[in-house]
Amino acid sequence: MRKRTPEPTRVGAEDTSATGLMDQDSAEDADARLDPAEAEALKAAQKSRFAELDRATLQSIYRQMLLARRFEEKSAEAYSTGKIGGFCHLYIGQEAVAIGAISAIGKDDYVLTSYREHAHAIAKGMSPDSVMAELYGKAGGCSHGKGGSMHMFDKEVNFLGGHAIVGGQIPLATGVAFATKYKETDQVTLCFFGEAAVNQGAFHESLNMAQLWKLPCIYICENNQYGMGTSLERAMSLQDISQKACAYEIASEFVDGMDVLAVREATLRAVERARKNYLPTLLEVRTYRFMGHSMSDPGNYRTRAEIERHQERDPLKLYSASLKEEGVLSDSELQKIDDEVRAQVEQAVRFAEESPQPAPEELFTDIYADPIQANE
Amino acid sequence: MATQVIMPKLSPTMEEGQLSRWLKKEGDKVSMGEPLAEIDTDKATMEMQALGNGVLRKILIQEGESAPLGQLIAIIGEPDEDISALTSQAPASAPAKADAPVAEKPAEQKESEEPKPAKPGEIEAPAGGNGRQAQAPVAQPTTGRLIVSPLAARMAAESGIDLRSVNGSGPGGRIIKRDVEGLLSQQQPTAPVGATKQTHLRAVGSPAQKSDIATASAYHDEPASEMRRTIAKRLVTSLGPVPHFFLTTEIEMDRAADMRSGINALDPELKISVNDIIIKVAAAALMQHPQVNASFQDKVVRYYEHADIGVAVAIEEGLITPIIRAADQKSLSEIAREVRELAGRARERKLKPEEYVGATFSISNLGMFGIDEFTAVINPPEGAIMAVGAMSPKPVVRDNEIVVRQMMRVTMSCDHRVIDGASGAKFLQTFKKILENPLFLVV
Amino acid sequence: MAIVTMREALNQAIREEMQRDENVFLMGEEVGAYQGAYKVTKGLLEELGPKRVIDSPITELGFAGLGVGAAMVGLRPIIEFMTFNFSILATDQIINSAAKMLYMSGGQFNIPIVFRGPGGSAFQVSSQHSQALESWFAYFPGLKVVMPSTPADAKGLLKSSVRDNDPVIFIEQERMYGSKGEVSDDPELTIPLGVADIKREGKDVTIVARSLMVPVALKAADLLEKDGVSCEVIDPRTIRPLDIKTIIESVKKTNRVVVAEESHPFCGVAAEIASEIMERAFDYLDAPVKRLSGADVPMPYAKNLEDAAIPNVDQLVAAVKEVAYIE
Ligand SMILES: Cc1ncc(C[n+]2csc(CCOP(=O)(O)OP(=O)(O)O)c2C)c(N)n1
Ligand SMILES: [Mg+2]
Repeated sequence: MRKRTPEPTRVGAEDTSATGLMDQDSAEDADARLDPAEAEALKAAQKSRFAELDRATLQSIYRQMLLARRFEEKSAEAYSTGKIGGFCHLYIGQEAVAIGAISAIGKDDYVLTSYREHAHAIAKGMSPDSVMAELYGKAGGCSHGKGGSMHMFDKEVNFLGGHAIVGGQIPLATGVAFATKYKETDQVTLCFFGEAAVNQGAFHESLNMAQLWKLPCIYICENNQYGMGTSLERAMSLQDISQKACAYEIASEFVDGMDVLAVREATLRAVERARKNYLPTLLEVRTYRFMGHSMSDPGNYRTRAEIERHQERDPLKLYSASLKEEGVLSDSELQKIDDEVRAQVEQAVRFAEESPQPAPEELFTDIYADPIQANE
Repeated sequence: MATQVIMPKLSPTMEEGQLSRWLKKEGDKVSMGEPLAEIDTDKATMEMQALGNGVLRKILIQEGESAPLGQLIAIIGEPDEDISALTSQAPASAPAKADAPVAEKPAEQKESEEPKPAKPGEIEAPAGGNGRQAQAPVAQPTTGRLIVSPLAARMAAESGIDLRSVNGSGPGGRIIKRDVEGLLSQQQPTAPVGATKQTHLRAVGSPAQKSDIATASAYHDEPASEMRRTIAKRLVTSLGPVPHFFLTTEIEMDRAADMRSGINALDPELKISVNDIIIKVAAAALMQHPQVNASFQDKVVRYYEHADIGVAVAIEEGLITPIIRAADQKSLSEIAREVRELAGRARERKLKPEEYVGATFSISNLGMFGIDEFTAVINPPEGAIMAVGAMSPKPVVRDNEIVVRQMMRVTMSCDHRVIDGASGAKFLQTFKKILENPLFLVV
Repeated sequence: MAIVTMREALNQAIREEMQRDENVFLMGEEVGAYQGAYKVTKGLLEELGPKRVIDSPITELGFAGLGVGAAMVGLRPIIEFMTFNFSILATDQIINSAAKMLYMSGGQFNIPIVFRGPGGSAFQVSSQHSQALESWFAYFPGLKVVMPSTPADAKGLLKSSVRDNDPVIFIEQERMYGSKGEVSDDPELTIPLGVADIKREGKDVTIVARSLMVPVALKAADLLEKDGVSCEVIDPRTIRPLDIKTIIESVKKTNRVVVAEESHPFCGVAAEIASEIMERAFDYLDAPVKRLSGADVPMPYAKNLEDAAIPNVDQLVAAVKEVAYIE
């Protein structure tokens, strides 16, 4: 196990579907606006992706993205009325990443991510009811009200959390991948984290171990260009994150995170590498969050104009437009999905409202799996 | 080793005392527990006992003079002992103000910091020469603050020892286990026949007040049988001087509560409480079980003719137990009125000693604090005390059905020297029967 | 029964548990080819193979977290810290992940993992390599903390720790690896966590001692016996959950207690034990609870200074005499 056989790394320029379409170095303002040639190329790539997928999959991806969006809009509302407490980090604008990537794996595969995880949880198959009830701090929540917004878990669907120490989930995911290899299953593990987590030792320690021991872990860096109020430029010496994989000889790709199918495809390639050869991959997915870092963000570190520029490439807008253009869904069908999704979210809110508070004695449960009563 | 005699606290309210009469004069031999002086407090004239052995070396306040609590008023020591260190720090023999004697503190502290054992050949040894032992009384600030280990405090409380009578041999004069044990082993054989044992700090009765409590129940003495005496001796060695055992029962209170509200509805002025009913019922039950209305008096077991029931009342400084004399003879309304009146004065600290000394049986009720069940400590020489818990609705089975009843738990602490398990249990059975069916009170 | 060293006893425990359960794996720095920095894992790589005995890079946070992740999905890792001094780099994963996962997930993900290695004072390795960290870990609900003082305890407790379904911090005293004692070779013999052991019965003073302080306490008790002071020596063995009952029962009997430890006094385990005793046995105390802790300084290098920083038999004898009111 200790012997290293260097793998072909960094899926480079030869794969135009995944890299090189966007100017990585001009994060300032250009990344939202594409020049005509780039836009053409993007479209062409998208067309070919549509051709490969069946209608049901395309529709279900849209439904998931919309559900995440509507769910979080509702959460923001509930937060503002005090029904949800604590920190609440919204994912609006980044939906293409979680939904695209998770659409590329199966139920048996694992997902771990950070505190910005409502969409990942739902995409992995958790019921919006239990996620909303967790936000409400109710007994019906997936973690019985003990985790809250930042700690969603569901063993049933292999959703392994919601971790609130920046970078903390990266060694954990590496361990999950270690276990799947140890048990010789073909499961893969997706590990999401923000670009600011890349500065943590945990990231580098994990990537080193993953390639050293050939672990089937897919590291997905959601580069939304800010860690709270600190832009990437102000925090990272080498800002081309996908390049960091070179230090560990790990395969990596740079992906347009506003294009859900691009994310899906890049993930599929990584999944194949993981399942077949127990190999890790680092994906840097460029995206943008439209809302504040959390519900208590002063928002003074970026301009309204910058946000609006990025909203032009709202992943939902882009995808719904393509769906229409490709004739997958009509306006009325899109509307129908929206109605259904809204009803689903309403139902989740009802469930959360009606769910009881955790019983007071719950305070003292779930501390140990094998409690020892020596203290009584 | 010299013993400092300080103005003792003889009543809960006392702040200073007037020396009404010295019962010993300088040069007289005194031994531990002997009456030393009579002191007028705000309540009554009390006897002060000697807390050391030796000779009354020095009287520091004269008859008629007053002294605040804790002030040094006399010194007991060996005939040839040098007590100049002590007398020099005593305040001038003058009517003391009520203020605490702060002035003498520094000298004392210095003394206690450096307890030097007497060197051979040194004639003027400080504080009586034996550094270790003499240090204890010296180290204790005369404000009455005792330094005592938690264990020693508990042992003293359980055996009714006045800690002021103990010399602390621990660091800084701390009274520790071995000091209390030492005293206990001294005391055991010399307990005077029939003497009321001094308990805690609140017991103030002494033979001098006998006539004042003439209204206390009459009694007759029966020789304690050989067996009874053996039981007494054996049990004493097992758990403090009063061998407690405890009996608990749960009582359905619905009828008693109904009776109470019924009576109060007829005449709201009566203000009968459940506790009044408990007192009445206890008195009635005691009349049926004279062996529980009794006390152990070393050579005799004393059986009382009436049930003089002490009712524990919490007051700011602690606890006092005013007595409903002959509760068995009194009506519920009389009991209610008397309890209210006595409790009121108890809280104002206006009780006379005869109103709280010499019950034959006590009741302590912590129900109002939501306590479900507890055990109380017997007030010697009484034979028993009943600890009453809160009344609360509970599911119980009646006629094979689960119904909700007002239930209350009582725990009786019994002095095993007079009461045996079965006699206590029988009493409790009667008590429960009457309380559950208070009509028995009129049968 | 055979007489073996603490090192061998631990080795037996790991070997037996790994043979018993396929899901147990061992990871740490130098645990394999090098045979263990302190030779505790000697022979295991050869016997169990590289899949299960894994030499890790020097990446404490990484492999601690890897272990926790693996434990989330059914493996039972034994993570060795070369010494517990280096666990400090891994505390995020131990405290924020391992200790809290079960709670945060509403009971869904328990973490059956053992973090083990040498800890406490070592021999003249100065401040960064010689420190007792148990009070750190014991502070956190969700962790169990175990510290054996004899080879038999080491084996039985480590086996229980591996079988336990919660994260266990298992601290082996670095100076005690060579200490010898009788150890059963019955692979099914375990010692339950959370149960203190009365290492010596006595009636006058209770000495609560753990790890390195247990032999010190037994020695002190021998000396005190000659002075007519009978000491009861209690080894909690598990620091969390602490078997406070056994300690309280003993204190109620003896009325006096000294808690000895090599760790720093401030916010330490002895402070916790003292406060429990105060709360639960106040009325039984004939003397204040006495702590005898390591000096409140970083560990020095010089031999004489190092000796002065670690509680010894003489100090313990003096402490016992103090609470027994003996000059
Ligand atoms: C170890 C640690 N340090 C600081 C924080 C506070 N914090 C929470 S989120 C965050 C920014 C993280 O940014 P990034 O990793 O890019 O993720 P994003 O929020 O953009 O999704 C910070 C500093 C934390 N939770 N953990
Ligand atoms: Mg970010």
